[in-house]
Amino acid sequence: MPDSWIDFLPTLLKGAEITIVVAFFSAILALVVSFVAGLGRLSKLWIIRTLTAVYVEIFRGTSLLVQLFWLYFALPFIGIELPKMLAAILAIGLNFGAYGSEIVRSAVLAVPKGQWEATVALNMKPWQRLWNVILPQASLRMLPPFGNQLVELIKSTSLVYFITMADLTYQAMVLRNNYISWTTEILVLLLLMYFVIATLVSLAVRLLERKLTAGRL
Amino acid sequence: MWDWKYAWDILPQLLSALKMTVWVTLCAFVVALIIGLLLAFAARSQFKPLSLITKGVIEFIRNTPLLVQVFFLYYSLPVLTGISIPAFYAGVIGLGLHYSTYLSEVYRSGIEGVPKGQWEAATALNYTKAQTWRSIILPQAVPPIIPVLGNYLIVMFKETPILCAITLVEMMLTAKNIVSQSFRAFEPYTLVGILFFIISYIASLLVQRLEKRMNLQRGK
Amino acid sequence: MLKAIGIDEQAELSKVPGQEGNRIDTGTKPIVKYTGVTKSFGDLQVLKGIDLEMQPGEKVAVIGPSGSGKTTLGRMLMTLEEPTEGTIELDGELLWHTHEKGELVRAGEKHLHRMRSNVGMIFQHFNLFPHMNVLRNVTEAPRKVLGLSKEEAEERAVSMLGKVGLADKLKMYPSNLSGGQKQRVAIARALVMRPKVMVFDEVTSALDPELVGEVLEVIREIAEEGEMAMMLITHEMDFAKEIADRVIFGAEGRIVEQGTPEEIFDNPKSDRLQSFLQRFRSNGI
Repeated sequence: MPDSWIDFLPTLLKGAEITIVVAFFSAILALVVSFVAGLGRLSKLWIIRTLTAVYVEIFRGTSLLVQLFWLYFALPFIGIELPKMLAAILAIGLNFGAYGSEIVRSAVLAVPKGQWEATVALNMKPWQRLWNVILPQASLRMLPPFGNQLVELIKSTSLVYFITMADLTYQAMVLRNNYISWTTEILVLLLLMYFVIATLVSLAVRLLERKLTAGRL
Repeated sequence: MWDWKYAWDILPQLLSALKMTVWVTLCAFVVALIIGLLLAFAARSQFKPLSLITKGVIEFIRNTPLLVQVFFLYYSLPVLTGISIPAFYAGVIGLGLHYSTYLSEVYRSGIEGVPKGQWEAATALNYTKAQTWRSIILPQAVPPIIPVLGNYLIVMFKETPILCAITLVEMMLTAKNIVSQSFRAFEPYTLVGILFFIISYIASLLVQRLEKRMNLQRGK
Repeated sequence: MLKAIGIDEQAELSKVPGQEGNRIDTGTKPIVKYTGVTKSFGDLQVLKGIDLEMQPGEKVAVIGPSGSGKTTLGRMLMTLEEPTEGTIELDGELLWHTHEKGELVRAGEKHLHRMRSNVGMIFQHFNLFPHMNVLRNVTEAPRKVLGLSKEEAEERAVSMLGKVGLADKLKMYPSNLSGGQKQRVAIARALVMRPKVMVFDEVTSALDPELVGEVLEVIREIAEEGEMAMMLITHEMDFAKEIADRVIFGAEGRIVEQGTPEEIFDNPKSDRLQSFLQRFRSNGI
């Protein structure tokens, strides 16, 4: 039997490591997908616009847990077996990428038309317009909503518990099973750990935001 | 690969579970609407300790996972209070409470969207505080946020599968049960995905139409 | 057909580097030529057939009531708006079209990119890049588009910013500048690209009255240097009168009258221009 709640910490921290790894890689995937799909929806080619729109609608229209189950439990039946870690990163990354693409799209659209016109007047090539002028400005607008999404993403990593990945939630529930009388302590500890992680991340994003906008806008 | 007959056989089970999913969503939404409004008022309170505590609670709930909150309600609350809560109520309260913090934010933006001059006009006409809220502020603050609330209803609908963790027999758990009996996962989970997609897609089209119509009415 | 051959020859010529600057016959050939240009936005026809030539180095002021299509005229030259009908030639070469198998076709981005190097534009709302400081705003395009080194670009930029009186603002961001300063940065940004034609699109309209003078002063200096053709779309009648070689009065999508500043302002012929000038004077602007 544990002497105090401190004894749970090592196990929980081990779980936190998995949580952070999953969050980190799925956040990177989500970021990449957000830009690809977000810009894809603004493409001149209808086929690219349609494909990205279909992707976005499917991943926004179904829920994350269903997507995770589908990738991990359903896909093996058509011969595709994904490791847990990969299934988790894919599900979370693609789900948040779909939402993120809307952030990218609207931030690009929010850049004033005059900025595009100035890039034409200076004879920039299409990708130079986007890369040097439009995206740097749009990125500043994306930062706050991306920060919110990152917190949501970290919270959503708790769903990997369902595919028995040994993340923070899973470790806590194993502990609870072993020490039922400590249920409340364990769950409060679990809540606090998520709170600390999410709060630190959102503070970091806000600091970054302040640093990037300092003296400019 | 895809077994049509099997899919057809399990569809009725999933459809009846869909009713539960929708019912939980609606109940939780009502909870979120009410608690969200209370939180919005409390966060605006002149009484500093109340507004600070409210903001702290909102921050805490928003920065922790719904799944863990539901576990806490379902497993811990009975230990603390001695009253056990059925899965349905734990789910409704958990989901509702979690999203009430998001809705309080929506209410806040709606309230702050009412021009300051409206408050001043109400004061100039000698309205009481309650009258001002009831007949001046809320009638102007609520309509613009209705589409946003609609979107949160859809978001909450898509969060309900999490509640299978506390044995609430909604669509996800029903699918899980089917899978554990038949050992075929492809059809059940795909069907669940399709059902979620159909409903949330139709709902979001409705919200879009509502938004457009309201913008027209407001002459935008 | 003869004409088409002539154009192709010009196209060949201008592809040879170093040939562009010192062509002997530039005095006789127009740098800009609009032929039968119309523009419609949906059902609304804003330009109803424009024929217009500008000589190299010529300063042309375009005046007229708002809604007369003045701005569209300039935006077409900058390739921001595509003509619905008609052609525009720039330095003897078609701007919006290319010849393919004897037929005129809409030119691709590659052609537009090459043609655009002859044109620059100053906008009513400056359109500075808010995420870059003043120096970066002016060096960005020379480096990325002209391929200058950082040192070359900065040398050009600093001297140009000195010319517009902003040598001490290099590290400032646009949000910390006044409207007049912003517009002067925008002028420097366009000038370092060394275009042959510059479009000034109501460049003082968005400025507070007390800031108009400093911007006009800079434009006056540029005009005095003389090499660059300028299309000044403006409401500043006195200014147009002072620096323009030729003034064009447009109304309802057509050129109603054109001539020297004296002819236009002191001796207007058409009723339309007379009443326009009268209204302008009585408004005291």
